[in-house]
Formats: sequence, C-alpha cells, structure tokens
Amino acid sequence: MELADLTAHKLIELIEKREASPLEVAHSFLNRIEKYEPKVKAYLNLKDKEEVITSIRDNEPYSALLIAIKDNILVKGLHTTCASKILSNFIAPYNATVIEKLNLQNFNIVGKTNLDEFAMGSSTENSAFGPTRNPWDLERVPGGSSGGSAASVAIGECAWALGSDTGGSIRQPASFCGVVGLKPTYGTVSRYGLVAFASSLDQIGPITKDVTDNALLYSIINGHDPNDSTSLKLEPHKFTHLSQDIKGIKIGVIRELLGEGVDSTIKKCINDAIETFESLGATVDEVSLPHIDYSVPTYYILAPAEASSNLARFDGVRYGFRALGKITEDMMSNTRGEGFGPEVKRRIMLGTYVLSAGYYEAFYLKALKFRNLIASDFNSAFKNFDVLISPTSPILPFKLGEKTENPLEMYLSDICTIPINLAGIPAISIPCGFVDNLPVGLQIIGPAFSEATLFRVAYGFEQATPFHNNRPNMGGIE
Amino acid sequence: MLSIEEVTHIERLARLKLSDQERERYRKQLSDVLDYAARLNAIDTSNVPPMYHVLPVTNVLREDIPNDNFSQGEALTNAPIQENGFFVIPPILGGEE
Repeated sequence: MELADLTAHKLIELIEKREASPLEVAHSFLNRIEKYEPKVKAYLNLKDKEEVITSIRDNEPYSALLIAIKDNILVKGLHTTCASKILSNFIAPYNATVIEKLNLQNFNIVGKTNLDEFAMGSSTENSAFGPTRNPWDLERVPGGSSGGSAASVAIGECAWALGSDTGGSIRQPASFCGVVGLKPTYGTVSRYGLVAFASSLDQIGPITKDVTDNALLYSIINGHDPNDSTSLKLEPHKFTHLSQDIKGIKIGVIRELLGEGVDSTIKKCINDAIETFESLGATVDEVSLPHIDYSVPTYYILAPAEASSNLARFDGVRYGFRALGKITEDMMSNTRGEGFGPEVKRRIMLGTYVLSAGYYEAFYLKALKFRNLIASDFNSAFKNFDVLISPTSPILPFKLGEKTENPLEMYLSDICTIPINLAGIPAISIPCGFVDNLPVGLQIIGPAFSEATLFRVAYGFEQATPFHNNRPNMGGIE
Repeated sequence: MLSIEEVTHIERLARLKLSDQERERYRKQLSDVLDYAARLNAIDTSNVPPMYHVLPVTNVLREDIPNDNFSQGEALTNAPIQENGFFVIPPILGGEE
C-alpha cells in the first residue's frame, strides 16, 4: 500500500507522529492523478499542481489530505460547470458554505469532479464532458451522479471528497466504487452554493475510504447556516470517537428492497451482512414498508417538478452559455435547447408537464401525498427498529452504454436510495462484499438526526469485516 | 401516449427549443414514464395530506440589511454580454415578421 491508499485518519496520525511529511502525502495523491486520471477521468477541472503544493502547511494535516469537490458545489474562482454545456464558462463568484467550512480548517481542494449533468443520473454518463469510469472495471460505470468523487476516492486521487445526494447520488456511486458515502439528514448540511436540482431533496455529504473518515468530514461540514432557509438551527454535530459496540441494536431488513429485481449475488452479500450483525450482538428482523414500491414514480414526479423550476434560471441572460435569437424569448429557448443535454431536457419536460394546468393534481399533488405515505412508513418502522438496512443498489455496476437508451430502466435502479430522500432521513452506504471483483454496498438507514447511530452501526460492521481495506488494482496500470 | 401538440406545448412552457427528432423521442419516453407513474392511482389518497417538505419550517425571515457580498463588477463577470453595468439582451418584442 502507498500513502494514497491509506485513510485520512491514518494519514493524520502518520503526519502527527512525523512518520510521513505533509508534502509526501500530498505528492502521493498527485502521483495517482498523473497515473490514473487519463483512464478514469474523475475530474472535470484540476487545480494547478504548484498551487496545490504551495497551499500545504507543515502543522496543518488537512492541507495535505487533498479533497475533491463535486462540480455542482461553488468554489470561488474555479469553474463550476455541473457537467453542462450551459455552464461551461461559469466561474463561481463565491464559496458554498461547506467550502467556507473547509477553508477554516485549511483544507486543500485538488479539483472539481465529474457528475451527471446537474446531478441528474445514476452513472455519470450524462456528463457533457464525457463519462467517468469505474476503477474496479474500466468498462463499467462508477455510478452517479457523484461518480467522479467516488472514483477519485477509491483510487487515492484524493483523501476524501464531497458529493451531493438527491435520490442516491452519494450512496450509489459509493457502493459502485467500494467506498463509504453518507446522505445526511435533510437540513443538517447547508445547501448554500450547491447548484439546486430538487431543493426539498438535495443534501451535500462526504465520500470517504472508511466510516471514521466519513464521521470526521461530516463533523466539519454540518451545522446551521443563515444563508440556507432550510438549514436547521442545530448545534454542529461532532464525532471524535466512534463506538463499535452494537450489542442490542435493533436492525430491520426492508423486505420490499430484497425482492425480485435484486441481483441474487447482492442478496447473498446482504444475508452475509445480517449474519455478521447477529454475531456482533444486534437483533435482526424483517420489516415491511408497504408504500416503498411507489417511491420511484413519486420521486420521478417530484424531483423533475422541482428541477424544472430550479433550472428556469439558466436563460442565457446573467451567466453561462448564450445562443443567438432575434428576440429574448427565442434567445432563451435556443440557449436552453442547445445548452442542456438529453437527460436534463427530459426532466425539465417531465417536470413542466406534471406542474402544468390540468395535470398538477393528477401527478404532482398525488406524488406529494405518496411522499407522506412513504415517510410515514419509515416513522412506523423506527418505532420498532433503531436502523433499517437494504442493498444500496439492486444491481452491480453496469457497463457503459448498457442503460442509456432506456431512461425508465435507469430510474428503476434507484429504488433503494430514493425513498430515503423523500423521507428526509439519513443513510450511509458501506462496502459489504465483492462479486467478481465488483464492490457491493450495504445501506444503513436511520431516523432524522440519527447520524451517531448510523456511524456506530456502520463502524461496528466495518471493523468486523475486511471489505474496507480492498483497493482497486486498476488492471495493473503503472 | 402524448401527442406532438402536447409536447410542443410543454416545450413552449419550459422555453426549451427541441428538434423534430427530440420531440418524437421525448413523446415516447415521457409517455413511458407517465404510464409508469399512473400506478400511483392504485391507492386512494383523498384523505392523505400532501407533504411539501420534510421539515416543519415555513417562512424564514431576516432583517433586510444590505451587505457587501458582491460589487456590481463581480456580479457581471459571468454575463454573456454586458454594457455600462447592465446585462444586455435582444429586444423583448418583435420577431414575428
């Protein structure tokens, strides 16, 4: 193992004991970028190497633990493209709140990572600048939409990364790339400076090599922000020492998320995970969430509806790409027609339709009612269980191009992650096995503000299993 | 199945210029998704209140105090076309010859 393969907390320890210098650590990541980036393409924009190196401070370990930021989060002075032609020339004029928080701790941003355009997708294939590849098998997708962030962490092109999660966009790529991803409770991490996709569902969260790193990074980014009206007035949640004792924890296995449609090899990994939990003293029982099967249609009405409204701001007037047009209305329509890619257009059309006169009640209002039913299912389940578990994805990482022609099929693969955003609750994905050298993710779900329990259960599992130590070998690329 | 007229109507509402090919493709794909969404009709929800947001927050107000976040110049740096401190756009009216 090289330094770039180690977790952030291990590297902090080495730096503090003076067993590794900050410069060595940072160079280890930069070397990985040089070596692997041409194959994996995790980044849309990399900072100048010299600039990264001059930002390293001897007594500031975080300055050596290079961090990658999904390219829908604003970093002042850097391009923020959302992997879209419409923002291809946009330079962020201010920092997102999470970036301000990182800056206070002297974090060192190495670059902006690839995503599905405006975070709409599950494979990072919807990027206007080309796909990212899965480091475990370059023929396969890294998941999405935070595919660049997850791939970059998996191959040590950075120590850790930030992603955003609207329907699974942190957890599913974490699962596909064999790393750890947290979708925090809605309202605990500021969305100020995150380019909005579906405002009632979006949350920023950490993608890391293990659970300890995840808790560490989450501790830094959460907390109230007056600039985000949906940010909760809570004291920042800090995690210093994780407990791995899960004796007596009550775990519910969501029956509907282990039905047909779930790959049998993934089911086997989940069953093995259940045995591990039992051997650690947790009790595991099956639980039914009767409305969870309606999550996909509910989500694919609500998220596009919110997106069609949020993306109205991209009109070629104040920023971004502008197409020609004799009058302003034509200029706007042409700008949007030429600037947005196929999936974004599809969702704007869908969202506009379900909000339009005559269809609002049949689709949008109906979906809001189902959102209530789905959230209530979780509330009932949490009366009997501390956490719930499911696969993070019903399928293994798929091949590039395999699902691009059938949007509905791609949407259906989000079944395990979408309900969590609808309910506004937190969930973490951790590696729980490998099938043919492809990683499988376990999703652990808790009630609102239960991040402490999630980290504890995830850490208990992680410490009892070897999967978090695996690193992709990148087909022997040297 | 959505009609081409319906697709053109949404296109206009969304200010989103599509090509003939795109119109035909989205007609089919949107119809597939909407057909799938129709399974929500399987359950009577007339007594279920809609959930607009998971948080119990409504309006969040603050004092209206000016700050110095951006200069006019900074706010205009990303403008496609600007002149004398203004965003420049084509005429609002006209176009129909």
